[in-house]
Amino acid sequence: MNRIGYTEMHRGGAETPGEVRQTNLPIHSVNLRLILRVSPSHLFKLLLLPLALLWAGGQVHAQQPVNAVTDNEVNEVARDIYCPVCENVPLDVCPTQACADWRSIVRQQLAEGQTKEEIIDYFAVRYGEQIRSAPPRYGVFRFFWLIPILGVGLAAIFFGRYFWQLQKRPSTSKQPDVTAVAKEDYLAQVEKELGKK
Amino acid sequence: MLGDIGYITLVAAFAVAVYAVVVSIYGNWKNDWRWIESARNASLVILGLVTLACLLLVTALLQGDFSLDYVWRVSSREMPTYLKVTALWGGQAGSLLFWNLILAVFTATAMAHKWHNEHERHLLPHALAVATVTQVFFLGLTAFVENPFTRLAFTPADGNGLNPLLRHPGMIIHPPMLYLGFTGLTIPYAFAMAALITGKLDEGWIRITRRWTLAGWLFLSLGLILGGRWAYDVLGWGGYWDWDPVENASLMPWLAGTAFLHSVMIQEKRNMFKMWNMFLIILTYCLMIYGTFIVRSGVISSVHSFAQSAVGPLFFGFIALMFAFSAYWLIRRRDELASENRLDSLLSREAAFLLNNFVILAILGATFWGTNLPIVSELVTGEKITVGSPFYEQVNGPLFAVLLLLMGVAPLTMWYRTSTQRLGIMMRWPALAALVLVAILFFLGIGTWGSLLGLWIVMFAAIITLLEFWRGTAARMRSKGEPVWVAYANLLARNRRRYGGYWIHVGVIVMAFGIIGTEFFQQEIQINLNQGESVELGDYRMTFNGVRQYAGPDDLIITEASADLYHNEQYVKTLYPRTEFYTRSGQPMSIPAARSTIGEDFYVLLILWEQTSSASAVFRIYLNPLINWVWAGGFIFVLGTMIAAWPDPVDKKVAAASERRRHPSLAAGD
Repeated sequence: MNRIGYTEMHRGGAETPGEVRQTNLPIHSVNLRLILRVSPSHLFKLLLLPLALLWAGGQVHAQQPVNAVTDNEVNEVARDIYCPVCENVPLDVCPTQACADWRSIVRQQLAEGQTKEEIIDYFAVRYGEQIRSAPPRYGVFRFFWLIPILGVGLAAIFFGRYFWQLQKRPSTSKQPDVTAVAKEDYLAQVEKELGKK
Repeated sequence: MLGDIGYITLVAAFAVAVYAVVVSIYGNWKNDWRWIESARNASLVILGLVTLACLLLVTALLQGDFSLDYVWRVSSREMPTYLKVTALWGGQAGSLLFWNLILAVFTATAMAHKWHNEHERHLLPHALAVATVTQVFFLGLTAFVENPFTRLAFTPADGNGLNPLLRHPGMIIHPPMLYLGFTGLTIPYAFAMAALITGKLDEGWIRITRRWTLAGWLFLSLGLILGGRWAYDVLGWGGYWDWDPVENASLMPWLAGTAFLHSVMIQEKRNMFKMWNMFLIILTYCLMIYGTFIVRSGVISSVHSFAQSAVGPLFFGFIALMFAFSAYWLIRRRDELASENRLDSLLSREAAFLLNNFVILAILGATFWGTNLPIVSELVTGEKITVGSPFYEQVNGPLFAVLLLLMGVAPLTMWYRTSTQRLGIMMRWPALAALVLVAILFFLGIGTWGSLLGLWIVMFAAIITLLEFWRGTAARMRSKGEPVWVAYANLLARNRRRYGGYWIHVGVIVMAFGIIGTEFFQQEIQINLNQGESVELGDYRMTFNGVRQYAGPDDLIITEASADLYHNEQYVKTLYPRTEFYTRSGQPMSIPAARSTIGEDFYVLLILWEQTSSASAVFRIYLNPLINWVWAGGFIFVLGTMIAAWPDPVDKKVAAASERRRHPSLAAGD
């Protein structure tokens, strides 16, 4: 198993928060490429990560064991979190080390009894609203949800008026004749059947 | 040497394209057919030159000429031959060149026929000019901004190899289908603009445009379906559609094309909504360019970021230019495009089509808004946000439900008017039958309110669509005395457009069942298994046997787990989920293993970021109900489109007769 530089490590359940998990070569490589792509503000946010981990580590001693939190519970929260680096890849499927560390924090906070919303808010406060899977529903962000709804509503009014005006217009067409649109006699029959019922 | 010839070929193609635009405009202005003929011949020269450039790049890829930057980026010595060929569209510069090739093929094909037809002959020179302007833009990008023949300062011993995500059989066919769809939509736009410029706004342009739109739409549909399948097989998250900006970029022109293909029928039957149809074709074209802009510019970050480059401002300028050009002609011809008829009733086929257009455009608008929201948010609030699937599911979900409901109701409406009473009687039994089926599911304890509502709508639409087939067949059986299957076959053969369209609806219905199945009933579990341990999900039990690691082709290292799968305690098969690690690029991938049945997929992933050994491994397992209905529905959808697009011999005769009536001086065969 060591041929490609994998470090053999029996997982034996969940990682301990605060512990710097041994990583394998490919994940390091991915991280380096991703970190090189990030903006300075994102880099700053990432630099806060060890502090956050230390904080999480400090809290752990007073809480229930993190092993009690299952991977499924972690994924349930992680699927609605996006780290600022791996854009458009949710936390529950992202293979980078940064996201593995974030999952550790999620696990830790679940062990402490935090709810999904509280955990997402925790990341949003520290790393920005970008970590949410959809725009938040407060302040100016609320309008991002309202605009498509208002847009559809306004378009519906416009369309309704347009329909109405079209109905009022004098017609230059011949009298309606359903058979005129049918190409063959049996289709005319279908049209007639539709008409009869 | 290859690179130099390739670059000269590209620049020559660009020069010839510029020449073609100039002389076609000049020929149209002076009404001098010699110049127009020259422009038409130039389109063939462009095709020849772009084909040569593509062949040269493929040769460089096959020979491993790593002195070329593009070849170095997307290929390596060890790559299989077929991947070296498909690497032509594996990166930014090559895919733009390939795009040029498809556009040149479409333009030459569109211009290769009907010049004898007096009616269409007037449109062709202008259509040629408009299509070639698009070609000039893309050739300019390829030759001067994203040149695939750029040389490196030195020649590396080997290349980087193709992006691992693209080393999948689906990627051989998915990008070409999307490109065929995108570029195919240039031709209807070119003919629409030709009709606007010449003022010949009768049904001539509609006939050509509808056929070309259907062709482009078919390829785009195929591209979308294959892209979904690729995501399911390669991306390793158990799904097939995630509202990624690049997925949306393909969906938006498809939606606009869908709206056009419905509303164009109103123009054909009632001579109404000419302005609206023209607008939809322009919108489809602009969204096609915009979609390419999103993919190529990287302006909205996405998982498809491999295509990022600095071509954004050029695309933006081109979209603005073409939009302004289109808007100018649309406004100038507004009087000629005014509807000649009135809408007789709000309960009519034409009103149903318009409502369908409204809902489709609402979905399109919401998708456009969501796709651009990260940029809007950054501009307005200074903070970038993520717009993931929860946003689209909440905004677009109800709209798709309304669209499906309309798909059920619309076939029951008649042209001109339908009475409420008649429509009610027609809908009563299908609605009740669907309700009974949903009630059975409810009492069996299957589903939530949302899923049951969705299932009711889909069943209602399904019953009505199947009844439509039955009515047509039964009518033919009575009037022609044909046996049921003969009557059905003749019904389909003689009314391809109508019943092909209904088959497309059947495809959508089958896909909708699959989407409801995976959206509402998917089960998921992640678990660490030691060797010999089992996990249960649904009626399945999976036992972990062990892991082996071996070298794959090229620079690939494969770690493969083995797990026995039991269904209701009966052994069914051994699954081999694996992780793939490309040592050169350092990119890991998780390739799922699945047991597929028509009812569900048992889909297993080996978790990339967890340690895997013979002693233990971490799996994520999905039970995806009805997932294969999505692919089956896609297949039916494509089949239906092919039936609808197939040239109708009856139509041809009618068209020829109509042509003779309009132009009595034209002799047969003109």
